[in-house]
Amino acid sequence: MSVLAHRLREPSVIPGFGITLGVTLTALSLVVLIPLSALFLKAAGLGFSDFIATAFDSRAMAAYGLSFGAALVAALVNLFFGTLVAWVLVRYRFAGKRILDALIDLPFALPTAVAGIALTTLFAPNGAFGSVLEPLGIKVAFTRLGVILAMIFIGLPFVVRSVQPVLEDLESEVEEAAASLGASRLQTLWLVVLPSLLPALISGFALAFARAVGEYGSIIFIAGNMPGQTEIAPLLIIIKLEQYNYAGATAIASVMLIISFVLLFVINRLQHWRQSRMEGR
Amino acid sequence: MQLDIQNVSKRFGTFQALRDVSLSIDSGELVALLGPSGSGKTTLLRIIAGLETPDSGQVLFEGENVSDLSARHRQVGFVFQHYALFRHMTVFENVAFGLRVRKQRPSKGTIEAKVRELLHLVQLESMGDRYPSQLSGGQRQRVALARALAIEPRVLLLDEPFGALDAQVRKELRRWLRRLHDEMGITGVFVTHDQEEALEVADRVVVTHRGGIEQVGSPAEIYDHPATPFIYQFLGNVNRLSVRLHQGAARIGGLAFPAGGFENAQDLPGIAFVRPHDLGISAEGTEGIPVSLRHAVVIGPTVRLELEGPDHLTLEAELSRSAFDALKAHPGQALWARPESVRAFLEEGER
Amino acid sequence: MTSNSSRNEPLLVRGLLILVALTYLGLFLGAPLVTVFAEAWAKGPEIYFKALGQADSLAAVRLTLITAAIAVPVNLVFGLCASWAIAKFEFRGKSLLMTLIDLPFSVSPVISGLVFVLLFGLQGWFGPFLAEHGIKLIFAVPGIVLATIFVTFPFIARELIPLMQEQGREEEEAALMLGASGWQCFWHITLPNAKWGLMYGVLLCNARAMGEFGAVSVVSGHIRGLTNTMPLHVEILYNEYNFVAAFAVATLLAALALVTLVAKSLLEWRYAAELNSVKRA
Repeated sequence: MSVLAHRLREPSVIPGFGITLGVTLTALSLVVLIPLSALFLKAAGLGFSDFIATAFDSRAMAAYGLSFGAALVAALVNLFFGTLVAWVLVRYRFAGKRILDALIDLPFALPTAVAGIALTTLFAPNGAFGSVLEPLGIKVAFTRLGVILAMIFIGLPFVVRSVQPVLEDLESEVEEAAASLGASRLQTLWLVVLPSLLPALISGFALAFARAVGEYGSIIFIAGNMPGQTEIAPLLIIIKLEQYNYAGATAIASVMLIISFVLLFVINRLQHWRQSRMEGR
Repeated sequence: MQLDIQNVSKRFGTFQALRDVSLSIDSGELVALLGPSGSGKTTLLRIIAGLETPDSGQVLFEGENVSDLSARHRQVGFVFQHYALFRHMTVFENVAFGLRVRKQRPSKGTIEAKVRELLHLVQLESMGDRYPSQLSGGQRQRVALARALAIEPRVLLLDEPFGALDAQVRKELRRWLRRLHDEMGITGVFVTHDQEEALEVADRVVVTHRGGIEQVGSPAEIYDHPATPFIYQFLGNVNRLSVRLHQGAARIGGLAFPAGGFENAQDLPGIAFVRPHDLGISAEGTEGIPVSLRHAVVIGPTVRLELEGPDHLTLEAELSRSAFDALKAHPGQALWARPESVRAFLEEGER
Repeated sequence: MTSNSSRNEPLLVRGLLILVALTYLGLFLGAPLVTVFAEAWAKGPEIYFKALGQADSLAAVRLTLITAAIAVPVNLVFGLCASWAIAKFEFRGKSLLMTLIDLPFSVSPVISGLVFVLLFGLQGWFGPFLAEHGIKLIFAVPGIVLATIFVTFPFIARELIPLMQEQGREEEEAALMLGASGWQCFWHITLPNAKWGLMYGVLLCNARAMGEFGAVSVVSGHIRGLTNTMPLHVEILYNEYNFVAAFAVATLLAALALVTLVAKSLLEWRYAAELNSVKRA
């Protein structure tokens, strides 16, 4: 036993390795790993053709299309405005900045159901924003635009929070050097600042995208939930469950999970890359 | 307390930190482990403390093998390089910690008195209520020392004790540590990469290199008779000459110096070391290496000369102010440099 | 402050950027938040408090509190164990372990609920066994608690691991050298040093535990007065067109979010140095 422990870890005088790692692994297995593997085992038990038939029928395809497509648009919007917000928060001084900075995390803290009904009320045809947009021919609530809007809300903090620290750490000398070498302000931003933000931008974008794909609570109120039109994939899982169609729910969930894991892996690699690039190793 | 290290080896992955190191430290001695980073000195210190476990070999306290004794029970005082003060505790609480966590916890009054005494010892009586972040580097160092002394350690270990301090504080603290050690008579080992520090503070210096011990001796022995080319170069402030070793002599140009141990050598390539103050400089005569004065820098009472010899040889010499004045030398002037004492080694022997 | 011209845009550009940022955040964060309170109080305080005082609403509050009171301590113990093992020791498979701990972040809340239905539901693996022994996990409180633990699993560990990694092991080693036991070391050194990061993690974990919607929605069964948490109750009231009551309950959740944000910001400002490693992670 001690020989094994010796090989698996560097010896240390600090006690408690066995018990803390034991608790960690036990909890991780019970809470996360076993339940998740139950899903994949269930999916594996469906049989290939059944799986394909349920996971990729036209209603499911439309749902994936909406979930991933809208998430992509929302993440792109957040990429642009998130960077802008991070820039304003780091570089400029203005009244109420601290409050604004604190407010950024609202989508993390506000329960999604609350966000959902608030957004729906705002953008409903008789709502504060909806009543302005309706005469212009723009329908938000109960359309795909509404789905995108809700996804923008819940993905908002990710880009801001991943760009902010990098921007804070950016040495002023670098920009000053660029200016002293004759670069215009725009050239400096484009050629010097943006490249150093790139890894943070990518990981913030990916996180916002991943979150939006899986989101449920804030979307279902505003989406209208028309099958094939405004029905997101997580909702389809719930509908299948309510029909006691466990196989269908499992198949769709597996497809979503696999895509999420691939995303997670990519984010991980990106962060790794970012670290090694920053440390120059 | 007598401290013995016997055949200790330690490897981290593929890196051999210590190879078969043995060392005895007498009771009451203050020993410096001197070496460049990666030479194994800190690993050795941590093994004595019980913070690392050696792969083989043992550590004896007073002749008793303590290999199976955990760090917690060794009763060793350890001063960390960056002090490792408990940042959320006051100075007083830091020093009292070792007394408070004891199985037989002393009474509150006893702890209080002991801590006051230690704070007095390290001249921080008035700082008891401060937090580490409110102290200067030198003060933190002294708190770390008082904390380590509170458990009445059998041996005091210090890892680069002055490394993080600026030059002036470092010098003061060095003398102060030496005095403190003399008053308390505790066995002490400290790690340093600064030869000046080792030579000034320690009773005995252990030079480490690549996981092994290169030389053990008094500061004077180490400085005057370095055992290996490595130590010469590590201690620095030395001229390195290429010589030929032949029948007990090191030859350079037309000069020959006695080189013990090479009586049977037949015209072998060697290197010789000569310290700047062992280089005699004269304007006339024919004895020595012909050089020309590149420039001279006056540093207080001494003058440092940079000399250019044959074959792009650069030599450094140190003269007293009066000797330099008597020389009446100016840049470009031809001079003779005559080594008064050299130490020669075989070139292959150089590692 | 740097007021260097080579790093600053013209006043007009600055003003414009700030304006855009403010509009964006006002639209997506400010407006929904205001809507929640405005809708709740639209019919006056009497109706607001009447809505809150309903037995079903109170039951939902109670269940939410119970759920958080179980999920947060469980994750606290797990987080402390995981961070101790990961931050104080070197062992193989550490980065894999950290990735696995983060896994629930990248799983859709709906899927987080689904996996427990697949395990413990009537058609699930352990369903028949549980039914035989008269144990009901799904569509009951234990299922809600389990799903909540899953969703909030990484929160505390994620805050503590980088913090404790940055603090290193020297202080623990120093304490051991002074004769402290492993427990004394943890209690007197590690815990006080990590306390602000710990509070930060508990805060975020609690907010999510109380606000979780998707995962809980799948396992709850929506039995009024019994298995309805506050977010679920908001949904039911809203779908019954009882908007004032829905927003009244939502104000409680929004207040929780605001308290969380304020406390979080206070921690960040007050203990910036201690929490830096967390923010940067």
